[in-house]
Amino acid sequence: MTADASGGAADGVALRLEGVRKSFGKLEVLKGIDLTVGEHEVICLIGASGSGKSTLLRCINLLEPVDAGRIFVHGEEITAPGVDVNRVRRRIGIVFQSFNLFPHMTVLRNITLAPIKALGLPKAEAEGRALALLERFGLADKKDEYPDRLSGGQQQRVAIVRALAMEPDIMLLDEVTSALDPELVAEVLSVIRELAEGGMTMLIATHEMAFARDIADRICFLDGGVILEEGPPERIFTEPREERTRRFLQRIIEAGRL
Amino acid sequence: MARGGGGEGHRARYLPGDPRPPEGGPTSRILAPLRAEGARAVAVAVASTVVVLGVLGWSITRSANWPAVRDAFFNGLEFRETFPEIARRFLRNVAYFMVAEPFILAFALLLAVMRSLPGPVFFPIRAMAIVYTDFFRGVPTVLVVYILGFGVPALGLAGVPRDPGFWGVVALVLSYSAYVAEVYRAGIESVHPSQVAAARSLGLGRWPTLRYVVIPQAVRRVVPPLLNDFVALQKDTALVAFVVAAPEAFKMAQIQQAARFNFTPLLAAALMFLVITVPLTRTVDWLVARERRRREAGGGL
Ligand SMILES: Nc1ncnc2c1ncn2[C@@H]1O[C@H](COP(=O)(O)OP(=O)(O)OP(=O)(O)O)[C@@H](O)[C@H]1O
Ligand SMILES: [Mg+2]
Repeated sequence: MTADASGGAADGVALRLEGVRKSFGKLEVLKGIDLTVGEHEVICLIGASGSGKSTLLRCINLLEPVDAGRIFVHGEEITAPGVDVNRVRRRIGIVFQSFNLFPHMTVLRNITLAPIKALGLPKAEAEGRALALLERFGLADKKDEYPDRLSGGQQQRVAIVRALAMEPDIMLLDEVTSALDPELVAEVLSVIRELAEGGMTMLIATHEMAFARDIADRICFLDGGVILEEGPPERIFTEPREERTRRFLQRIIEAGRL
Repeated sequence: MARGGGGEGHRARYLPGDPRPPEGGPTSRILAPLRAEGARAVAVAVASTVVVLGVLGWSITRSANWPAVRDAFFNGLEFRETFPEIARRFLRNVAYFMVAEPFILAFALLLAVMRSLPGPVFFPIRAMAIVYTDFFRGVPTVLVVYILGFGVPALGLAGVPRDPGFWGVVALVLSYSAYVAEVYRAGIESVHPSQVAAARSLGLGRWPTLRYVVIPQAVRRVVPPLLNDFVALQKDTALVAFVVAAPEAFKMAQIQQAARFNFTPLLAAALMFLVITVPLTRTVDWLVARERRRREAGGGL
């Protein structure tokens, strides 16, 4: 473990976690997570339900305070005391399983709210940015709709656009297709694929193994509060070294998800 | 009420369990049979109402005591002579309401926000808001009106208004803010934490999150109970009568009643209150019903 707290952005590391621990009461969910994510790298986080994938992403976004360990974004420690959490979050986009769009705002307003109120962009510029993104993801005609008039897939794509409108360095995606009907999954996955092709650094928690295998540069298997095994998808899915990884994948295959 | 037109009002009324209300436009073919059924229902309702009221009216006016009651409470002559003045005085009640309500809405929101602040740092602020609401919800409003309306002017403090009416309205604001704050708080707590997480994750601070995400959703949800408190406040403006010299509708009615040995003026005052409060109450019912229908239609999440 390099203890180089000042490691600059020049080393090509977008995100680094060192010994991150997190407990809820007596339940220790994360027991020392070490992870380095390079710029433009796409990492898929797999693991059983309850293994702490969401917790890890929420810790990186500072939605949950870590109990121990450090997190660096482009060399800057974001878990240091006195760090402006709002400034950090503007650089790290997160998309949730349940979309969490603001139901009282139109699609356009959902997307422009944070750029205007948090980044201080002029309204016209924020809307220009939002419209360009909506256009890119085939949602331009939905800009004046309210979220409850959209399909789940459309809502989730809007949620992704909302995060992208902040022009984050890193995107965290937490099982973004789990709440969708099967026929809507593909449209969201294709958005993610496009982001990956565009070079976005992403950390993706997912149960979609075929997708993970296809898109990830690296797979991390979370088990027992640590990253038990990591490596390129071909190796993890074909010759896992750890018995527990093997068993997890076996269960997935039996469930017909790979 | 919302649609105006007396006939409309009847048709809009339907029992739970009935098919959906006939609300389609005049061209809707699907709803035409329903509307025919609605017309029959209206006819039945009208007939039934006429019979019930007729029987009631007949038996009441037949009772031996009716002439005495009628002369004391429903005296046409007394009504004609006193009603215009009472109606004019009622404008004061409306004014008390109009002055108090904006302050209540603002102050109560402040209290609710104070009470919803998380974390140990804000404990004293939360505690203050809790003590405040407990106190003013626990004390009869009329007592607060008395204490402030008589008490403060009697102190004769320099630079402090002496007008008991002013303090009466202040008392209403203090008292009602406690109730309305609880209404707001229920609304704020009903906004799912994931909404806050979504806003914060975008880099919005605590205040922008409250202002643009939490409060708008909270307020929308509590409009009906807020309107209920409007109704209560409009009625309680009569309490200011206890401390002011210049009579509003209730005090005027009392004066007339004492002077004329007749209770009709009090009923005239009651009528004025009803003119305001009944439409408000109907609006609340309508909003609640609309909200429930929307939820049952189950749009989106
Ligand atoms: N706010 C919280 N308070 C208490 N316990 C929590 C909280 N959040 C998560 N947990 C617990 O932490 C554990 C890990 O949860 P987490 O949601 O991170 O798992 P996950 O890997 O994302 O699972 P899934 O695949 O089902 O989404 C679970 O046992 C969960 O009950
Ligand atoms: Mg999860």
